[in-house]
This record gives sequence, structure tokens and C-alpha cells, in this order.
Amino acid sequence: MMSWLRRPASETQITHGQRLWLYILAGIVIVFLVAPTLIVIPMSFSDSQYLEFPPRVWSTRWYDHYFASEEWTQATYTSIKIAFLTMLVATPLGIMAAYGLATSSFKFAQLIFITLITPMMVPVVLIGIGVFYAYVQLGMVNTIPGVVLAHTILAVPLVLIVVSAGLKSYDMNQERVARSLGASRFYAFMAITLPQIRFSVITAALLAFITSFDEVIIAMFVSGGENSTLTRSMFNALRDQIDPTIASISTIMVLISTTLLVASMVFGTTGREEK
Amino acid sequence: MVASEYQDSPGVVYEQQPNADGLRNDAFWERARLLGLCSPAVILVMIIMVLPVAWLFWLSFLDDTGALTLEHYQRMIEKKAYGRIFYTTFEVSFLTTLICVLIGYPLSYLMSQLSPRWATFCLIAVLLPFWTSLLVRTYAWLVLLQRKGLVNGWAIDLGLWDAPIKMVHNLSGTLIGMVHIMLPFLVLPVFGAMKAIDRDFVKAAANLGASPVKAFWMVFFPLSLPGLFAGGLIVFVLCLGFYVTPAVLGGGKVIMVSMKITDTIELFFNWGAASALGVVLLIMTMGTLWISSKLLRLDRVLGGGR
Repeated sequence: MMSWLRRPASETQITHGQRLWLYILAGIVIVFLVAPTLIVIPMSFSDSQYLEFPPRVWSTRWYDHYFASEEWTQATYTSIKIAFLTMLVATPLGIMAAYGLATSSFKFAQLIFITLITPMMVPVVLIGIGVFYAYVQLGMVNTIPGVVLAHTILAVPLVLIVVSAGLKSYDMNQERVARSLGASRFYAFMAITLPQIRFSVITAALLAFITSFDEVIIAMFVSGGENSTLTRSMFNALRDQIDPTIASISTIMVLISTTLLVASMVFGTTGREEK
Repeated sequence: MVASEYQDSPGVVYEQQPNADGLRNDAFWERARLLGLCSPAVILVMIIMVLPVAWLFWLSFLDDTGALTLEHYQRMIEKKAYGRIFYTTFEVSFLTTLICVLIGYPLSYLMSQLSPRWATFCLIAVLLPFWTSLLVRTYAWLVLLQRKGLVNGWAIDLGLWDAPIKMVHNLSGTLIGMVHIMLPFLVLPVFGAMKAIDRDFVKAAANLGASPVKAFWMVFFPLSLPGLFAGGLIVFVLCLGFYVTPAVLGGGKVIMVSMKITDTIELFFNWGAASALGVVLLIMTMGTLWISSKLLRLDRVLGGGR
């Protein structure tokens, strides 16, 4: 241990001991980032109304409460359905746009790229009230397609960025070879390009899913009644009081997002190994 | 067509290719068709976002009877309450960005120097909250920071302070939650930028006699500044329009522009006033991005997020 402290840590010959403070600071920041998310999990198994940690009495009381409540299970089902549909719409739209921008070298392609990623920059509240206003006129408030379309424009920029990055490291000449051998452009894309950028596509699709699944503000305005999303119900419950049921829901949501993160990292690593 | 127009492509003699114009034409239309692949996404963004926001812009200049007016904007200037809301918005955004830079930069710096295994470990730690629902994380802080919460309990047990401190439903709670949510947006681009820095520069500085600290400040730090600006800008802009975390952790004491907008709609149904606030928020956001794009390349900022 002592010798490790005196060993050089970087090209500038600074020793591990001299920058011990950096390790400690980074460690604290990592704990700060991870702990609050993970601590909810054991807390959700507490029997107490006040969510003790560590729980004095363990129970699945709040999970029973969650599964018994039709309001919560219905909202969960709605959220998953909306997220899945958003993924199905946003992924092809984003791939088409990324492919179009990558292959046509027009000067104003950059302008289209910026147009497509503006939903990332415009405050979501503004999109929320704009969509709400438009849906009131169109009679689409509290409908599934309404929420899906609004979530799609939030997800398309992410799909576009991830797939564009994938296409950048892909050699488009392979597709040209296929076409010179008689394949149509569509067939060449499906048979040659798509399989090789599939890891970016999978990551993009997972991001689209999670974007919709976690979205609160647009859902707050345009989802309601029986089509209320899980996040909307959670947000409303949070504003009233600390309902321990939310801890169990949070645990379930953490499990879902961790699964998606692991999936994206596994696919991402496999993708890198193949190159 | 004059042949000399094509002279810019060396080695190709166009006069011998009578089809040159036709091919050029075909190439143009093929590229146009390919660009057409973007149209479904562009049309959707137009219908769902651009048109409604443009409509709100128009609404912000109408009064209750539908006549043109500037009253919604006048009210913002005249009433002190609005000034306080804009001040709070900037204050929270600035402080969040500052704290993120102060704790995120050292973490990114260390991550860029660690062995791949440890760097991946840190990256997972940064990405886990990034993928976890914002609402879940805000809820976690609400539970941890409340009066009878874990942080107060442990701090009192350790003797750090005697009585429970109020850490939530105020500015400090909001800042803790916001920093937690924004930190990955800073660390990821800064880490990316630092990985791209050629370490030989730092080695050269050390070789020429610079102390480690001097080599860092004179060589590494300036090279990492574009990444730091990009990350800080993303955080600041996202903070300006933030809603959920201040609404839950601020407990009604930290009112940001976005919260005033939803209140104006949900409580008062005043579309004109809400739209006017929205327009100002949009101008603040776009203005920040525009000024920054004058200082650094915008595409690098926008593409650096993930």
C-alpha cells in the first residue's frame, strides 16, 4: 500500500499519494451518483411507513399494495405500451433520417439535422403546452396515439445521433458493391448495412423506449384518465405526500432501466469486438 | 454547357462524356430522394412541435378578446414576481452548472487516466443514473433528505449536527437533486473530450521540466476546455427549462419559469400569459445556444451528449 502511494500515476510522474485527494473526491462523487438510486431498493422492502434504512422489519407490503392497486398496474401497462409503440415509430424514422443525411451530401443536410434535434433543446414544458393546445383542437388529448407521437419527436433525435455515429464508422462502399451486383438500394441496405449497424440500432431503440417510459411533462399534459402513464401518476402522488408504494414502483423502474442499460452495454461491447 | 465548368475534377475529360449532364441530373435527384428519407421525421417534428409552438407564439400577443396586445410581456416587466422567477431560474441553472463543473471535471479527469477496467466501472456508475428515471431519482432524494430521512439520521449519529436540518423543499434540496441529474450530461462529453487529448503533449511538458501541476494547468487544462464548455452548456440549457426536480424538491419555494408556465395553464387557463413565458424561456435557451455557437462549434456541442 505504501509503495503504491509513492509510485508514479501518470506521464507527469505525479505519485498516487500526491493525488490521493483526487481518488477520494472521485469516489465520493461516484457514491453520490449511484447510492440514491440503489438505496431505494432495500428501503422499498421496509415494513414501516417511513421507509427506514436498513429496514427493521422486512416485508413486501408496498409491493402487495402496488400489485393490488388497479390504478398503478393500469398505469404501468399504459406506460409500457406507449414506450413500446414510441420505440416502434421512432426507430425506423430515425434510421431513415440518419441514412438519408449520411448518403445525400447536400449542403443543407446540416440544417435538417439541426431541425430534427431541436426537440432536445426546446424546453419540454413548451413542447408540452404546445402539444396540449394542438391536441385540444384535434381531440387527441388523453389518447395513446397522441402521447406516442409526442414522445416520438423526443426520441427521434437520440436515434438519429446514435445511428449516425454507427453509420460514420461503417464503410458505405460495401453497399455500393451490393448494388453494383444488382441489389436494389433498399435490399442492399437491409441485407448489408443494417446487419452491420445493428448494435447502434439496438442501442437507439432501447434509448427510444426509455425516453418515452421516463417522460413526465408531456405525459402530464396529454395523458390522463385510463390512459394515464406511470410517471404521471407517480408525479401527482409525489406532489401530495411521500407514498411508500412509490418506493416499490421505483425499484421496479430501476430494474427495468438497469436491464436496458446492461443490454445496451452488452450489445455495444459485442459490436466493438467485431470490428 | 461550357466544358470548362467541369475542369475542377482533375483527370476527367467531360467533353468525351455526352451523358455528363444527364448523370449530374440523375445524381442530383438520387440525392434529393435520399434526403427525402428524412421527410417523415421532419414532417412529424413540424406538426407536433414547430406548428404548435408557432401558434403559442401568436397566442402570446393576443388578449382575452382576441385583439393584438403586448400586455402579457408588459406584465412580465412590471410585476416583481416575474423578475424573481427569472432570477431564480438563472440562479438555479448557474449554481447547478458550477457545482457540476467543480465535481464533474476531476471525476472525468481521473476516468480518462484509469485503466480500461476501472474506467468502465466509473462509466457504468455515471450511466446508471443516466438511464434511471428522473422521477425515481428525485423521489430517492426526497426520501433521503427529509427531516426524518437517512442523511439527517446518519449525520446526527455521527455528531455532524445536533438537530435535523431542513434539506428538502428549499433551494439546497433542489440543487442537490439537479446536480445529481445533470452530472452525467457534463461528465460524458468532458470524458470524451479528455480521451481525445494526445497525452504526448503532457509528457513533452514534463520532459521540458514542468511540474505535474504546471503541466496540467498549462497543457492539459486548456486542451480540455472545449469539452468542458460543451458539457457546461448542455447542463445550463437543460437546467433553464427544468421542471420535475424543482417542483418536487423545491416544495413551492423554488419557482422556475417552467413551473410558472404549467401553473398558468393548469390553474388559470391563461394561454396568452403561459405562451408569453414560454416564448421568453425559448428565447433564453436559444439565445444561450446561439451565443455559445459563436464561441464554439455547435455540432460538436450537440453531438457530444452521448
